[in-house]
Amino acid sequence: MAHGTAAVAKIDSPRSPYARRKTTRGNYELYSWVFMRASGVVLIVLIFGHLFVNLMVGDGVHAIDFGFVAGKWASPLWQVWDLLMLWLAMIHGTNGVRTIINDYATRDLTRGILKGLLLLAFTVVVVLGTLVIFTFDPCPPDAPAELLASFCTA
Amino acid sequence: MPTAPAGTLYRGREGMWSWVAHRVTGVLIFFFLLVHVLDTALVRVSPEAYNAAIGTYQTPIMGLGEAGLVAAIVFHAFNGIRIILVDFWAKGPKYQKVMLWVVVGLFVVTMAGFLPRHLINVFTGGH
Repeated sequence: MAHGTAAVAKIDSPRSPYARRKTTRGNYELYSWVFMRASGVVLIVLIFGHLFVNLMVGDGVHAIDFGFVAGKWASPLWQVWDLLMLWLAMIHGTNGVRTIINDYATRDLTRGILKGLLLLAFTVVVVLGTLVIFTFDPCPPDAPAELLASFCTA
Repeated sequence: MPTAPAGTLYRGREGMWSWVAHRVTGVLIFFFLLVHVLDTALVRVSPEAYNAAIGTYQTPIMGLGEAGLVAAIVFHAFNGIRIILVDFWAKGPKYQKVMLWVVVGLFVVTMAGFLPRHLINVFTGGH
């Protein structure tokens, strides 16, 4: 026990400053919580506008056909509207379902499989939807004229 | 790890049931969204393919489904605002029950504006 001063040097100074251990998890869940609220507010405007124009104006759901979509996407406003709606709704919805999977799937394997399927569905739908908006041809050359918007033949 | 939840902290009443309804409507809307992007993507196949798919949305049964979908969206939207107020407004938690009844009131008013017009379109519109 009497090893003298050699051991003393190894003891931390009682005055060494307390360092809070930084969390290793990052702020992912905080950002996801903020995103749900911010995107939710924007989505209310986008989706209510979408429903009003597609279901309430004119003949409502009966007016929707290829020519109706072509007429809408002839305007950059509706292209941006639908693109923003696609991305925000898909991220908002995917994050919501992720939360539900985390809550109810208790086995690691089940949770992993469900989240893998969710990520796959997200990727396919967002990539497909984005490509459709950007590569849409309102006047396909081989289609019957009566199915197309009036500006195709004019 | 227990295979089933051992106990429950669910307390019922407005707080829990609005939370349950928010989850149920959210999942419904999400699965419709997946299908809806796929059916809209048919505009890249051909006008005929898109018109055939959208034609199935114009039948009376699907028209009722659309009414249910819009109801789910309207509840999810208004209850979402309530959740934001509970989180960010200092008095939000105190008034969460009152705000749920405001949500229900706004829901009834909005659906009263939407349903007659949509149902008339569904059952008497058409080509």
